[in-house]
Amino acid sequence: MLDIKHVTKVFFPGTANEKVALEDINLHIDKGDVVSVIGSNGSGKSTLFNMIAGTFPVTAGTISLDGKDITHLPEYKRAFEIGRIFQDPTKGTSANMSIQDNLLLSMKKGMRGIRFSLTNEKKEMFRSLIEPVGLQNRLEDNVGLLSGGQRQALTLIMACLSNPKLLLLDEHTAALDPGNARIVMDLTEKAISDGQYTAIMITHNMQFAIEFGNKLIMMDEGKIILEVSGEEKKKLTVPDLIQRFKQIRNKDFASDEELLTEGD
Amino acid sequence: MLEGIFVEGLIFAVMAMGILISYRILDIADLTCDGSVATGAAVAAMCITAGWSIPLAMLMAFLSGIICGLVTAAIHNHLHLPGLLAGILTMTMLYSVNLRILGNKANVPLVRVNTMYDWFRSGLSFLPPSAASLIGTLVIVLVIKVLFDLFFRTDLGVSIGALGGNEQVVISLGMNPSVLKYIGLGLSNGLIALSGGMLAQYQGFADANLGQGMVVQGLAAIMLGEFLFRTNRISLITLRVILGSIIYKGLMFLGRRYGYLVGITPNDFKLLTGLLVIISLIVASTRTKFAEGKARKDAVQRVMQGGKDA
Repeated sequence: MLDIKHVTKVFFPGTANEKVALEDINLHIDKGDVVSVIGSNGSGKSTLFNMIAGTFPVTAGTISLDGKDITHLPEYKRAFEIGRIFQDPTKGTSANMSIQDNLLLSMKKGMRGIRFSLTNEKKEMFRSLIEPVGLQNRLEDNVGLLSGGQRQALTLIMACLSNPKLLLLDEHTAALDPGNARIVMDLTEKAISDGQYTAIMITHNMQFAIEFGNKLIMMDEGKIILEVSGEEKKKLTVPDLIQRFKQIRNKDFASDEELLTEGD
Repeated sequence: MLEGIFVEGLIFAVMAMGILISYRILDIADLTCDGSVATGAAVAAMCITAGWSIPLAMLMAFLSGIICGLVTAAIHNHLHLPGLLAGILTMTMLYSVNLRILGNKANVPLVRVNTMYDWFRSGLSFLPPSAASLIGTLVIVLVIKVLFDLFFRTDLGVSIGALGGNEQVVISLGMNPSVLKYIGLGLSNGLIALSGGMLAQYQGFADANLGQGMVVQGLAAIMLGEFLFRTNRISLITLRVILGSIIYKGLMFLGRRYGYLVGITPNDFKLLTGLLVIISLIVASTRTKFAEGKARKDAVQRVMQGGKDA
């Protein structure tokens, strides 16, 4: 389904600010896999998402989706098959437009024509779609009037409307309060199991990471340092995860120390 | 005399609708307008003096504006220049282009040729000439308004609206934002040039300096309109722009008519227009602050009352 081979990303190459954000990433995800990604700040999680979605070009390596090489496809073309939800609730919806216009736009991908698509049947359909979030009577309100949680729930509904092959969830509950984060998380799990989507989710919440999906990836300093799936993942607990995280990081620190002493 | 304000206001409203696309819908401060309004006037004037039919001349003015907008969009899209700078570049280049179109003259009069307004006057001969001009202009502007409203309710129009609100959304929907900017800026400047073509016929000449300060005037009209009522419906937004344009022209008329009483001359109009925009912005922001202050007071009062109850 998604194949990432030897992907490396270097920011500002050749300058004093040169930074290797991803180093030889290899990842294979099967159709129907639901993967959670954890890792500290700056570990390369978001860069990995940007590479998959096509926000920035990769420095080296290839990415293919469903057997098709998408490494050099612009972001808007990859969006035909990839749905992405950002941490920032304002990024996924257009604030100066009504809820119904936002939903209408997300029904299909690609350039639009001079057609009027908003029919009463569509309005009915939209109403039933957003009823679980309690927005059914606000179809004509501007999205800018909604709360962060409502906007993120709407973004999720919009992302699923066009049946993406791959769903990228970029810490999409991190900007919400715990109650709303739980609601959006439940909606996400329901949407994924209903639509049988393949999904990857970045999170800082280890509990979410353990509950969510059949695969877990831990990243650190631009590398994937841990991959757990299936039965092994089901048995994981938060203390387990912290323990393994510490183990691997300590080893990293040790090797850093060696490097430093060698330099002396 | 009074009809003149309305005719000028209505012609001006077509330009303000163009500015509405770039400034409010696409959220790009596009200064191409100062050049493209004169391009439209020049193209219409040259076509009419060359004996072309008036509808064809207007179409050419519209198309010339679209080309101006496409140039700005191309500079903005491919050289990644901010919209503001791209517009200034096109506007500056257009000044020379406009002089070329006018045959290296700064001013081309439309005398001894039939314009749209001669048409209206002969077609509606049962009305006094000034009323005929007003009715004719009103019909044209209303047709443009309705087409404008319809376009921005189509899927393509809604997408252009989404681009202005949030470019990432448009990318996520699989659309190339550059293409939408071409369409939006093209249409915007097309309308602006069309307005220039109408203005040249109304005032009876095309002038290379016609466009100076037009963006600011258009913004003033849009902002004046926004004081009238709040809405997110496109048909009411365009109505607001038309009303704002007429009010703006009315204010300028008052300035011309009675300004001498306080020592204002037409030379001061650009300064006054700028001040009008600044005042509009100040009033709008104080209104928000006032509303926030009131909400705060209400909240404090609720807390106090809650304290009493407990």
